[in-house]
Amino acid sequence: MTDWLGPAEWQAVTLSLKVSFWATILSLPLGIFTAHALARWSFPGKQIVNGLVHLPLVLPPVVTGYLLLLAFGSTTWLGGLLESAGLGLAFRWTGAALAAAVMAFPLMVRAIRLSIEAVDPGLEEAAATLGASRPWVFITVTLPLILPGILAGSILAFAKAMGEFGATITFVANIPGQTQTLPSAVYAFLQVPGGESAAGRLVIIAIMIAMGALLLSEILARRMAKRVGA
Amino acid sequence: MTLSVAITHAFAGFDLDVAFDAPPGVTVLFGQSGSGKTTIMRAVAGLLTPRHARITLGDTTLTDTAQNRAIPTHARQLGYIFQDARLFPHLTVRQNLTYGTRFARERQGPSFDRIVGMLGIDHLLTRRPATLSGGEIQRVAIGRALLARPRLILADEPLAALDEPRKAEILPYFERLQSELDMPVLYVTHSVTELARLANQVVVLKSGRVLQSGPVSDVMSDPAGLGDSTRAVGSLLNARVLRHHEDGLTELDAGGTALFLPRLDRDPGAAVRLRVAAHDVILSRSRPIGLSALNILAGSVKSIREGDGPGALVALSTPAGTCLARITKRSAAALDLTPGADCFAIIKTVAIAPEDIGGPPPV
Repeated sequence: MTDWLGPAEWQAVTLSLKVSFWATILSLPLGIFTAHALARWSFPGKQIVNGLVHLPLVLPPVVTGYLLLLAFGSTTWLGGLLESAGLGLAFRWTGAALAAAVMAFPLMVRAIRLSIEAVDPGLEEAAATLGASRPWVFITVTLPLILPGILAGSILAFAKAMGEFGATITFVANIPGQTQTLPSAVYAFLQVPGGESAAGRLVIIAIMIAMGALLLSEILARRMAKRVGA
Repeated sequence: MTLSVAITHAFAGFDLDVAFDAPPGVTVLFGQSGSGKTTIMRAVAGLLTPRHARITLGDTTLTDTAQNRAIPTHARQLGYIFQDARLFPHLTVRQNLTYGTRFARERQGPSFDRIVGMLGIDHLLTRRPATLSGGEIQRVAIGRALLARPRLILADEPLAALDEPRKAEILPYFERLQSELDMPVLYVTHSVTELARLANQVVVLKSGRVLQSGPVSDVMSDPAGLGDSTRAVGSLLNARVLRHHEDGLTELDAGGTALFLPRLDRDPGAAVRLRVAAHDVILSRSRPIGLSALNILAGSVKSIREGDGPGALVALSTPAGTCLARITKRSAAALDLTPGADCFAIIKTVAIAPEDIGGPPPV
């Protein structure tokens, strides 16, 4: 495959996979927590939290990227702090992962929230009457029942992260080997004469990864649904 | 250990204001839907906090709004049997049954094998709830509640979702519980059959108020007490199975009088409880002869209660317990019935339906 793909193209593909993987995995706990809070709790400012979570879905991605730059850029207070701790985000792949995570977060929360709302609260009540405290109810009843939703949310978030372009290029630019993800690479190849064939190969890879992710999620979801007895 | 409940709570267009005690044994909350039964159950379970409530179980205060105290549901040591069973769909029957055991504070309790054997669900253990029939699901739900080692059982219309044959299948298990458990059981129903077969105590509810409460035979014999269910007025007779006859009848001994019923599936010697609806009883001043009815109880008139309508309710003291007859005022006058008068109660054998025959008599 490395013969077919040039080193720059190969780099873009592996970087995109790495960025999307970490963006999905690391935002999952917060995603589940947020979805649970939005689905089952009532607290003041709930609508504001709901709006903030969904904002990246409706904002122009460039604006989101710019806001991330304002917050985490190396010249800002927070950015400088992270930089000195060795966790700098600006112009690094970790920054690309953050941008992808922020952009994918609404999709992940939405999918998980819907699956939590589909869980019969009566089952959670029944668990409580049998002696399970709230954390136990969540671990032994809610979590197993929403696994298909978590899976769907993760796949959706992963696919969104693979395709994220606007916020990423605004926040961490388009540095080959550092922050040049698959979409950024396609864009870059299309800017230079004779780059169409490289861009075409990346497009085929993007389609394959997306299809593979969808198929995998379908298979896993079916297996889980059978286990849950739905 | 007695459960003591006092709740006042205002809903939109409906006030709940009740107070009652439930000693060990089955206390049936009886009433039409909308009378507040389920709200009481949820408050006792801690799934709902009423405006004002004081709920205690023995020495334990479960809810006391005056002191702003409420033990969370999971710490109340309950066994809640829901109308819709609520088995966990992602767990096997075995995992469902043992779910509460791991959280149980009580170490002692009936063993897994004993409960599973009693409910006859040993062959289902590896299956998932989605593959079970309605009756099987409800039996697993009963087992799951018992295996949580509860101090109090709450059964919220556990049979309402089942058809008649399934009800007949489950009722005997509750009868066994009634005689085997030494803890308060709150049982919600609007079925007179379940009331007559299971209750030791009854709390009759109507529109959020306690209409009447007390031992089941007292409440069932009081037409005022049963609210809208006047057809439910009847008496509970205690009897013992004597022998089975070849013509399909079972002979019972009711305090020295022989009663004949369609074949009863009980062993000779077993104690049973019969519900006899008051409108199925005929009275006669002299011992009737040449009559097709087989069951004749001799007794004396205890009281006559006349309502606004043409009917009167006559209570008869018999060796088998108080027997009620619903007759017209005209008949009462014609028979010259007065308290103390000797009288005979005639019950048609087939008037006692099999679902009205229960297990051991109330304690």
